[in-house]
Amino acid sequence: MKRRRKRWLSLGLIVLASAALAGEPVPMSVQVKSGQVLDTPSFLGKVIARVNYGDRIPVIEQQGDWSKVTAPDGQIGWIHNSALTKKKIAMKAGGQNAQSGASGDELALAGKGFNSDVEADFKAKNQNVNFTWVDKMEKIKVPASSMQQFLKDGGIQPAEGGKR
Amino acid sequence: MSRRIPSLAPTLRAIAAGAALVFVSGCSTVSQVGGIVGQATGVMNADQAEAMTKSAQAIEKTFEDITPQQEYYIGRAVAATVLVTYQPFDREEANAYLNLLGQTAAQFSTKPETFGGYHFLLLETDEVNAFAAPGGLILVSRGMVRCCKNEDELVAVLAHEITHVDHQHGLKAIRKGRLTSALTTLGAAAGSSLAGGQLAEVTKAFEGSITDITSTMMNSGYSRTTEFEADKGAVAIMKKMGYNPAALVTMLQQMQGQLKPDSHGFGKTHPSPEVRIAELKKVIGNEAPPATSTVRQQRFQKAMGGV
Repeated sequence: MKRRRKRWLSLGLIVLASAALAGEPVPMSVQVKSGQVLDTPSFLGKVIARVNYGDRIPVIEQQGDWSKVTAPDGQIGWIHNSALTKKKIAMKAGGQNAQSGASGDELALAGKGFNSDVEADFKAKNQNVNFTWVDKMEKIKVPASSMQQFLKDGGIQPAEGGKR
Repeated sequence: MSRRIPSLAPTLRAIAAGAALVFVSGCSTVSQVGGIVGQATGVMNADQAEAMTKSAQAIEKTFEDITPQQEYYIGRAVAATVLVTYQPFDREEANAYLNLLGQTAAQFSTKPETFGGYHFLLLETDEVNAFAAPGGLILVSRGMVRCCKNEDELVAVLAHEITHVDHQHGLKAIRKGRLTSALTTLGAAAGSSLAGGQLAEVTKAFEGSITDITSTMMNSGYSRTTEFEADKGAVAIMKKMGYNPAALVTMLQQMQGQLKPDSHGFGKTHPSPEVRIAELKKVIGNEAPPATSTVRQQRFQKAMGGV
């Protein structure tokens, strides 16, 4: 599996690299709820922009596991590849379901499949299962600056300055 | 690796083993396997082989079709289900420290960004246990924290759990038929909103998936290979982060002392600490970890001292 992932990754990198050589930005979609764009290709960098699920952002350059992108607000910075997918993500608009002729390989329909409706139905059928603490733990978010301070205070020096 | 063309027999054995694996894990080479094995062994004609290849492809696709967003919803329900059996340990300072350490460690994993991010919570139980729900919701028992005498050892525990998340070990515990049926229903539905009957169908597949994952995590455990993989992932995270991975060995030595022979939790679901240590030493050698720093020891004691 790892091998396959690597193969896809390297294929992806070749495609991206050749596009980058040609000077054409490659559009990618944000596949996480909220992603951070940093000023360097490292989590030790400064967060300069936020991107949201479904945002289509151009990748200008690749460096290891990081992509240099233009955020929707125009800021240029780095985002980790795990936040991105080449699939387009179609969002529901104006209460209408997104429709498209594209196949599932090219398009992910936001909210399709296991979603909040399914969770609500699951809750209704399993009333002993309580999501209160799941919601609570999800609210615990450590800002990048606190992480960096934590490492520094503890005398921890990430290999290669956290770049990967 | 040798470039010599191997004889057919071991190849076929490997293919057969691979075929079994495919249905479990959805490996890429798998979709070809059904066709190759069947034809080579003469038990299938070309049409049958093609049909099998197609269904293997469909199975692969179901696994890939779990988007990060769906993985997130699966993980929420898995964590909520674990929390039916185990109560949370509601101490803010301890949980804040756990998240500071754990979320920082996750940044050094191979998948630092998940749909909803990594979040950690302590469980109110003396049992030595920890659960990694898909997408990054990680639950760690008080009993497990007591196996750690410093921050370096606790980060080893968290890095092991983070690897279960980023290698999607939970999702791989889902029985394949469940996703195929859900996918068929979803394929028939035009948009993202499901009609009543369709919703019930998908919820059934969802419930089944949650059961598969929680029963694996809580009762049967992952395979030894999977656990060794998580230990190796933990070593990689610790190295990148700047902690000495030998702290995982010292943690396991303490765990060995804490596990009771009839114990629940890790005693039941994981290879013995002894076996894990032997496996780890192949990767990191025998060196003892250097002492933790005073600052790290103080902040660990302050947050986790009473746990």
